[in-house]
Amino acid sequence: MKRAGFSTKWMPILLLMPQLVIIAIFFYWPAWHAIQSSFYLQDPFGFGSTFVGLENYTDLMGNSEYRRVAVFTLVFTVLVTFFSLAIALLLAVKADNVLRGARTYRTLLMWVYAVAPPVAGFIGLIMFDQSWGPLTRLAGFFGWDFVLGVNFNDTAAAMVLVSVWKQIPVNFIFFLSGLQSIPRSVREAALIDNGSATSRFWDVTFPLLAPTGFFLLIINITYALFDTFGIVDTLVKGEPGNNPMTLVYKVYVDGFRGNDLGGSSAQSVILMVLVLALTVFQFRLIDRRIHYT
Amino acid sequence: MKRITFTTAATLAFAANAAFAETEITWWHAMGGALGDTVNQIASDFNASQDEYKITPVFKGTYEETLTAGIAAFRAGEQPNVMQVFDAGAATVIGAKGATIPVQDLLANNGVEFDINDYIAGVRYFYADSDGKMIGMPFNSSTPIMYYNIQALEKAGVTAPTTWEEFQTVTAPALKEAGYTALSQSHLPWIFTENFHSRHNLPFATNNNGYDGVDTQILVNNDAIKAHFTAVTDWQKNGYFEWFGTGWGDNQTPFEEGKVAMWLGSSGSFGGLSKKDLPFDFSATMLPYWEAVTTEPTQTFIGGASLFAMAGHDAEENKATAAFFDFLTSAEVQYFWHKETGYVPITEAAYEMAKADGHYDRAPAAEVGIQQLSLAAGDNTKGYRMGFYVQIRDVMNREYGRILTGETSVEDAFNAIESEANNLLARFAKTQG
Repeated sequence: MKRAGFSTKWMPILLLMPQLVIIAIFFYWPAWHAIQSSFYLQDPFGFGSTFVGLENYTDLMGNSEYRRVAVFTLVFTVLVTFFSLAIALLLAVKADNVLRGARTYRTLLMWVYAVAPPVAGFIGLIMFDQSWGPLTRLAGFFGWDFVLGVNFNDTAAAMVLVSVWKQIPVNFIFFLSGLQSIPRSVREAALIDNGSATSRFWDVTFPLLAPTGFFLLIINITYALFDTFGIVDTLVKGEPGNNPMTLVYKVYVDGFRGNDLGGSSAQSVILMVLVLALTVFQFRLIDRRIHYT
Repeated sequence: MKRITFTTAATLAFAANAAFAETEITWWHAMGGALGDTVNQIASDFNASQDEYKITPVFKGTYEETLTAGIAAFRAGEQPNVMQVFDAGAATVIGAKGATIPVQDLLANNGVEFDINDYIAGVRYFYADSDGKMIGMPFNSSTPIMYYNIQALEKAGVTAPTTWEEFQTVTAPALKEAGYTALSQSHLPWIFTENFHSRHNLPFATNNNGYDGVDTQILVNNDAIKAHFTAVTDWQKNGYFEWFGTGWGDNQTPFEEGKVAMWLGSSGSFGGLSKKDLPFDFSATMLPYWEAVTTEPTQTFIGGASLFAMAGHDAEENKATAAFFDFLTSAEVQYFWHKETGYVPITEAAYEMAKADGHYDRAPAAEVGIQQLSLAAGDNTKGYRMGFYVQIRDVMNREYGRILTGETSVEDAFNAIESEANNLLARFAKTQG
């Protein structure tokens, strides 16, 4: 491969500067502040503060509620990621088979993606209204006394459902284009070799979809961890009570509602470490095992 | 686009010039909807009443959002002159010495007469320091009262209960018989905890309910309140009580729909309920009490919010703020606010004016809150002062939710509240170091 080069080493640095400055101001600087304030307990108005070392962290580790939120976040992330990937894949495979009208089908599904998370949450609130929500009635028809906002598990189910519903379209689009980029010759060869559609899918199509799938896996984990904030906030109406919440939402509840800056900073730092671990995992472990075409 | 004529331009320039002579102050508040309209009305009335000062009200979202915005603005040196802070945020703002000018000092320094005894009993000390000096100006003050559906009680052949004993043996069974859920209630920490303690004159926290220092311990894990919550779960099992969620409206809606016969809400809900076209007539009465705990029930204290004069402004602006507070506490303005919203009038003079005007003859329910705030006081009825209290309320809401969905026992829930609240209080004490 031919290498393009610069005659001086200052030119590339100069060209990179705007980007680096933006990263420094909008990422490293706030991150540094978060790390710093996680070692203090400070008066919200900024009058007094006490250096407490790792106390904010040890308090979190010893707090059974924080552990409960962490466990819920894990379960929530696994469920949302699994269902939004699985359902989208199923829809994509079906859509791939019938190409007539696929464009309309795609556009219709894509619309849901344009719905903002709080709006999605609000639609959830309407669907699950305690006295007249259509989905509450549907659940009642099957003998499930669904009470959003009262029962922990019911609220959790609604959160998962709304989050999955909102994420399916984008996964669907990626899976569909992934499927369509599988070379015809490979498909035809598979068709000759093997009669069963199921084994054809698992032996040929699925491995070839792996790069798309892996990319979507990371995107969906990030979505479930962070972007569902608006949905969680709307479904618990800003006051979680005994309803489930995710780690990101707890940062907001303690920091912005409760003015506990130190505790909330410690939680943010833990999340930053989590994202870092996820990134390392993405590039180090999985990326190598995936075969990109 | 409209063409601007020379005369209009000249008029505009002149108006801008005239406006320049006024001292402009800002007021950040959390009053949305109809309440916000009333706030705007008060502000424009103040602006019209004189030409030296001009106040601009700015709606900042919920109570929590307003406080957070105010704190962020203060740290950036851009704070408003007047900021509305709710009951649970009081410790945060009063704890930050130098963030606000005590309202009593502000008024005295600017030649406005001030006597704390002009204010009705229940509102005097909630936003005061431990010496009784008023720090925040009580504004939208409310207290929990019991609303009831008149037709439902008639159908069941009962009157509104005065004690919880009467509720569980007489009222609730009759209402159930008549096809109603007897009771629902909004904001469990506020009504069934904070005001439960003041109604029965029980200590809520050490250090004189937290007023005398920050090394405070909460005293919520006591027999009286545990017995109360045990009774509540029994009522729930018997179909006398239903809980619809943590949100305020979740529990108010079933009352408005006529499904629930009695609802514990805020005296400040009166205005909103009156404006709604409810399918029944409603009235209100005082919060019931347990005869087993006390035979002399005491007053409750105020909830809602108060106005703080933020520090860091020049003398002229502070003078404008004092003038606005003077206007706001006048009997006419307080009566207007009371009549429009249902929040209690904060001064005796405004209360007298409302009585003289026949407001309570027309709407007896509007007087219940103020009557309850004027009951005999006790050692533990002036309020409480605890830091990180928003989070403590979140802990209470969570544990109460668990009790009412059968996830935990009353005993375990109160142990959890006690230990988590004390941990938060200890953490708050360190922020003041």
